Amino acid sequence: MLSFILRRLLLLLPVLLLVSIISFSLFCLAPGDPAEILLTGPMGTADPATVQEFRHKAGFDDPPQIQYLRWLSRAVRGDLGYSYITGEKVLDEILHSFRSTLRLALASLVISFMISVPIGIMSAVKRESMFDCLGMALALLGVSVPNFWLAYLLIIAFALRLDILPVAGYGSNGDFEHLILPALTLGISAAAITSRVMRASMLEALSQDYILAARARGLHERSVVLGHALRNALLPVITVVGLNFTYLLNGSPVVETIFAWPGIGNLMTYSIYDRDYPVILGCMLFLAVLFLALNLLVDICYYYLNPRLRHEAEH
Amino acid sequence: MKLSTDRGCKLAILIIACLVLGALLAGWIAPHDPEKAMPELRLKSPDWEYPLGTDHLGRCIFSRMIFGIRMSLLIGVGVVLFSAILGIFLGGTAGYFGGILDETIMRVVDAFLAFPSIFLALAVIGFLGSGLTNMMLSLILVEWTGYARLVRSIILSLKGGEFLEAAMSLGASDQYILRKHLLPNVMPQVLVMATLGVGYAILGAASLSFLGLGVQPPTPEWGSMMNDARPFVRAEPQMMIFPGIAITITVLAFNLLGEGLRERLDPRSNIKMDL
Repeated sequence: MLSFILRRLLLLLPVLLLVSIISFSLFCLAPGDPAEILLTGPMGTADPATVQEFRHKAGFDDPPQIQYLRWLSRAVRGDLGYSYITGEKVLDEILHSFRSTLRLALASLVISFMISVPIGIMSAVKRESMFDCLGMALALLGVSVPNFWLAYLLIIAFALRLDILPVAGYGSNGDFEHLILPALTLGISAAAITSRVMRASMLEALSQDYILAARARGLHERSVVLGHALRNALLPVITVVGLNFTYLLNGSPVVETIFAWPGIGNLMTYSIYDRDYPVILGCMLFLAVLFLALNLLVDICYYYLNPRLRHEAEH
Repeated sequence: MKLSTDRGCKLAILIIACLVLGALLAGWIAPHDPEKAMPELRLKSPDWEYPLGTDHLGRCIFSRMIFGIRMSLLIGVGVVLFSAILGIFLGGTAGYFGGILDETIMRVVDAFLAFPSIFLALAVIGFLGSGLTNMMLSLILVEWTGYARLVRSIILSLKGGEFLEAAMSLGASDQYILRKHLLPNVMPQVLVMATLGVGYAILGAASLSFLGLGVQPPTPEWGSMMNDARPFVRAEPQMMIFPGIAITITVLAFNLLGEGLRERLDPRSNIKMDL
């Protein structure tokens, strides 16, 4: 187990290095002088002599590779620099906003599972029935609907027409009622993907010999489906959680901006509007590292839960 | 899954044909100039002259939607075309030649895949600036990795095949083998991915334009039309609703077609989804 984790961690190193190179290369391609933006903000003008002095002092006139190495050595120690706009530490801003995103993602994940697991199971059990066709047609529609449009449909229905939920905002501390609409938007979109994976996974489980054996033993259909098939079909759900999390995070810039939810998507979007390059760069690096770690975690879970993989690795 | 039956596929082809026709004949179909602002006609309700009403600058929403087809198809097809070319070239090189070249290319692919796709696209736009070209570039950088992985895996599965050994023993060059023997084997699955990719690219572009980072006004594009509609959603919801329907139908058509093609051309994934 330990050697498996160590091997995977070693394989991650070149990828992490490339991630940092790609991120920093994009940063270097950005127009505008960072020293000038830092001294005056993106719109202002500064005294050229002061800018020159600052540029030299901060190392902005060093060759890009030197700047990269300096940035990388700081990033490894958790120092992602300071925001051009707020002057706050980038990592603090990212961690603060990521907490809100995580809250939203978890709520969306629950909604997504509440919708997709029953639809996936029923579609598989009643394969090629009216329910199956309708469920899968809805799933296909779900992946085709833009989430920002869905967000506004929900706003029009629940906030403007029925007036039972707030249009946007975070409330005093991410109140439950403020969480419902953004979580519903992301949850419905994610459920479209999960229900298809759940259906395929259930179908695979239902086609196994042990299901035939269970039926031959005269077990009740409910116990065959829930007791035997579902337990085995849930293994790919670990991957689905990872997949869902990716999907939810990808929806966050648009949905968080619409609902004024102070998460990492919102932070990224406003940093682009403000040309706050260190924050954009920090978000890129943070999310890539997070994703790689998440994938590693999924692999470890898979390895741990699937005895065949363990057996293959040991022999 | 028997969802994308013949009927679904035919419906998708019909919708896409209508969209292509609409894009080609936009100048004749649209009743008004999509970019001409007429403040005296702002936020007009739908009537015979303005079938879907007017926006906050008095521009005909119907005409803007018709011209928006051009932009969406251009972005969707353009992004997929360039991503596929890049992916086929790099994935083919990695799979066929193997060794250090394969390792290097695949690690670059892994690095690009490490970023959540929309955040990578946003970062590219954030550093290089908004606009159509940078938006397309950002989407290409997101999408090419999928093609590279697909092509590499197919070529790896074909390597060692007797038809390749025969070509090699006849003295065929690597370039000839790649072009004449491997590319035709790769194309069906690339076509499936590309068809689905057009829908994703249109959706991605609309999201970026909705955030004001893609196509810039006054060019008519569905995502940016919805961005314009945000302050007026309470009084004039149709400004938001109609472009959304257009995006959904277009993406759905490409998804349906992609699923249909997958069932025909890619039996392996069909077996997996249709157990």
